[in-house]
Amino acid sequence: MSIYNKEQAQKLLQKVLAFSKADECEVSLGGSESGNIRYARNSVSTAGEIGQLRLAVSSSYGKKTGTATIDEFDDASLEKVVRRSEELAQLAPENPEHMPLLGPQTFADSITYVQATADITPDTRAEAVGKSIKVSKDAKLQAAGYLENTNSFEAIANSKGLFAYNKSTDVIFTITTRNEEGTGSGYAARGFNDVTKLDTYSATKVATTKATGSIGAKAIEPGKYTVILEPVAVAYMLENMFFGLDARNADEGRSFMSKPGGGNRLGEQLMDSKVSIYSDPFNAELPSSTWNREGQPLDKRAWIENGVVKNLSYSRYWAQKKNVDPVPGPGNIIMAGGTESIEDMIKSTEKGVLVSRLWYIRMVDPQTLLLTGLTRDGTFYIENGEIKFPVKNFRFNESPVIMLNNVESLGRPERSISVESYRSYLVPPMKVRDFTFSSLSDAV
Amino acid sequence: MKRKDFLQMAGMGLGSLALPRLPFGTRMIDPSEALQGGMDVAAKKQLADAALNAARSAGATYADVRIGRYLNQFVTTRENRVQNIANTESFGVGIRVIANGSWGFAATNDVTPDGMAKTAAKAVAVAKANSKIIDEPVQLAPQKGYGEVSWKTPIVKNTFEVPLKEKIDLLLTANGIAMSGGASFINSAILAIDEQKYFASTDGSYIDQDIHRLYPNFNVTKIDKASGKFQTRRSLSSPVGMGYEYLTCGPENKVQGIVTRYKDRYDILEDVKNATADVAQKITAKSVEAGKYDLVLDPSHLWLTIHESVAHPTELDRVLGYEANFAGTSFLSMDKLKSNNFHYGSKLMNIHADKLQAGSLGAVGYDDEGVKCGEWELVKDGVLVNFQAIRDQAHILGLPHSQGCCYSQSWSDVQFQRMPNVSLMPGKERLSVDDIIKDVKKGIYIVGDGSFSIDQQRYNFQFGGQMFYEIQDGKIVGMLKDVAYQAINQEFWNSLVAVADERDYRMGGAFNDGKGQPQQANAVSHGAATARFNGVNVINTARKLG
Repeated sequence: MSIYNKEQAQKLLQKVLAFSKADECEVSLGGSESGNIRYARNSVSTAGEIGQLRLAVSSSYGKKTGTATIDEFDDASLEKVVRRSEELAQLAPENPEHMPLLGPQTFADSITYVQATADITPDTRAEAVGKSIKVSKDAKLQAAGYLENTNSFEAIANSKGLFAYNKSTDVIFTITTRNEEGTGSGYAARGFNDVTKLDTYSATKVATTKATGSIGAKAIEPGKYTVILEPVAVAYMLENMFFGLDARNADEGRSFMSKPGGGNRLGEQLMDSKVSIYSDPFNAELPSSTWNREGQPLDKRAWIENGVVKNLSYSRYWAQKKNVDPVPGPGNIIMAGGTESIEDMIKSTEKGVLVSRLWYIRMVDPQTLLLTGLTRDGTFYIENGEIKFPVKNFRFNESPVIMLNNVESLGRPERSISVESYRSYLVPPMKVRDFTFSSLSDAV
Repeated sequence: MKRKDFLQMAGMGLGSLALPRLPFGTRMIDPSEALQGGMDVAAKKQLADAALNAARSAGATYADVRIGRYLNQFVTTRENRVQNIANTESFGVGIRVIANGSWGFAATNDVTPDGMAKTAAKAVAVAKANSKIIDEPVQLAPQKGYGEVSWKTPIVKNTFEVPLKEKIDLLLTANGIAMSGGASFINSAILAIDEQKYFASTDGSYIDQDIHRLYPNFNVTKIDKASGKFQTRRSLSSPVGMGYEYLTCGPENKVQGIVTRYKDRYDILEDVKNATADVAQKITAKSVEAGKYDLVLDPSHLWLTIHESVAHPTELDRVLGYEANFAGTSFLSMDKLKSNNFHYGSKLMNIHADKLQAGSLGAVGYDDEGVKCGEWELVKDGVLVNFQAIRDQAHILGLPHSQGCCYSQSWSDVQFQRMPNVSLMPGKERLSVDDIIKDVKKGIYIVGDGSFSIDQQRYNFQFGGQMFYEIQDGKIVGMLKDVAYQAINQEFWNSLVAVADERDYRMGGAFNDGKGQPQQANAVSHGAATARFNGVNVINTARKLG
């Protein structure tokens, strides 16, 4: 058994804590069952299933901490892992950034678990993939895709009386379809906590439409363009910025959130007033756990509000040093949108480029967050409110911070996955002006 | 390559009681446990046979079993303190089968006769479920069984036997040199890996291997408070397939020049001193003027360009479309290979693939599907002559056997095609780095790897670096910053006009090259001697935020 319910987890963690002789002890228990199926050239290539359960114990004496883990659960093993963590703590150097454990906290129950997703079998996966392959074959295209489902739980308890439990389910599906000649390619990605929302047939239809539509791409000159980014492209473009919403890096002077002369940009208008970014564990489309690994409760929190930096995360150590309240990092990221559809955005565009997806994003300069990467899987030229023809892919060199100063309009947010990080975000499609394409690529 | 993931992994569990986020199937251990031998070979053979028999009786026509013990040690520090010490062990078994012509895989950390039987049956069930939606059965290249054999990385000093204190002291000494030299921050780390892998297959192979890797590294940061600008300079070390002897460096291992570079061994204390001076110089360096330059690329930089622009596009699974949904495909094709006339680069471009090179990350005796490793040519005198293949792909290249490129990052992941070491052969004519630089009128000499990005078919790439030196009329005249170069792959390699001779041949590498779904990491080295590329497009990367 890899999945414990709340009562089973609490009972086991209490048993482990009872063995502790250290000043402080924290125990975490996590388990998961996952399965995957991968296919290419319209046929399954690899597939597998794996289950695991693991217990980790951290013991502290003063500012010295040691951690040990184990995957056996008889009483002797449980005591052994506690003793081992205590021995390691005695050997460890003092950590000047050590913070005492948190006492009991109140956590709301999350909405991250869906039974239907936990019930997925190898046959369910094969059937879902079978539907996708049929769409691709009917369109005379080659499909390559991947479906993965996970059922997991996590629980922590400590010697100060804190206990937290969460279980969640997740299913991810990504599909690329290409024509035999290699002149057209389309992509779709879907992620849900609830597998009943996953429709591999319609997702593959989106990918085949993009693939067929991207055949015969023409080269246009690189340069600055008004672009319409679909939500998946927005997710790729913005995630490096989401990772950087941290006060310590900013205060230390090594982040785009640093202020010349010292300090950070909290309270500054850094982006266009249409930009609002927040996290919310209870968002129905993209729920998250209601606590983090330090046992801090996660609530709805604004990061950027109407373009102004409202919050940066402060670790408990950094908060104490700066004499402010700790701010846990985001459990999920949601960017507020508008009401425009992508079609509306195209209609109002005199000259521009529609970008379906971005790829191989890397940081070029962390102080301006300058990123480079390429468009992929469907890039189209827009003129006088209409898509005119598919265009060759571009390399871009652009900073998301500069880009979010150039927002023209936002559409309805959609849950989108960046497979650079395998994280999901709830982000809107957006139209931005002066997006910098620096060169062309023949890649399809 | 996913450096981001690697850095996150390296920095796990920083500075608090927060429990580290460990890779799947991994547990924390006492450092002394790493030195205990683990399960003995006879016991592994018995368990492997039980799994192979269970797979056969469930209907498998082929099966392989990998019992793996993966040991990692991470020591991470910043300035005057240790951030984290993690010793981890992951032990389990992965069973791969062919049933009804289809692959199936299952893994467990229950390494008992019962766990073996259940997991083998699960792998066969997965294969049978998938066989309903495949068009063609798997074709596996024949492979003779080797019987009971073994292989070990030829290390001099086992990193896991070196006391933790010695590693901590070395890193904190390095940090002290940087801080007293005027750096604002320094992060440093020693990462060590020991893969103890046992492979058995229905072909009759029982292969026991012990593979060691090491990566000492640092990153120095300097902040200019007045302007709010900052610069970083990373170590010029490489991840290597060696023991702790990598950190014992003699004069014969040092390549002198405008900055000292290292061959086969590494002097972290000397390099950190140089880095601290370099990072200060970077702050005041001249911002590059965009345009065409002749580039002189040091092996500490060029390895990454080779990795992205040659090693990845010659992976046969990419060429065929198996990676289309994630890592991408390739601008190379079977037609280009068969033409025997595809001019990838100039005549100086000779690229070899190998899994043997001493000290390299890719060196093993046998790959993860029981194939003995070797060496072969990918590009000869500028012409594409081969790809990289595994057992179920060999027939596509018309090869009688696999090239031994199969790898899995752990027992819990299925093995698949991963690149071997892929290296640019040194020039045949006697030529030094100084000889190369003295012929360049307007150029940039680049040392160390930086930002990297390439499209999904490997046509268009952009690379940064650590240090950029301006060359005017055959002389280095100063340092540049805000440099990145962009090129089209085939044009770039055809602009190769000089390669230094074997005296300058050095390896760089990556601990964490990412590919596959679920994504897996592969460690690989790339060798080169300093090379010159003419007329490459250089951009200026400086921007301003509001």
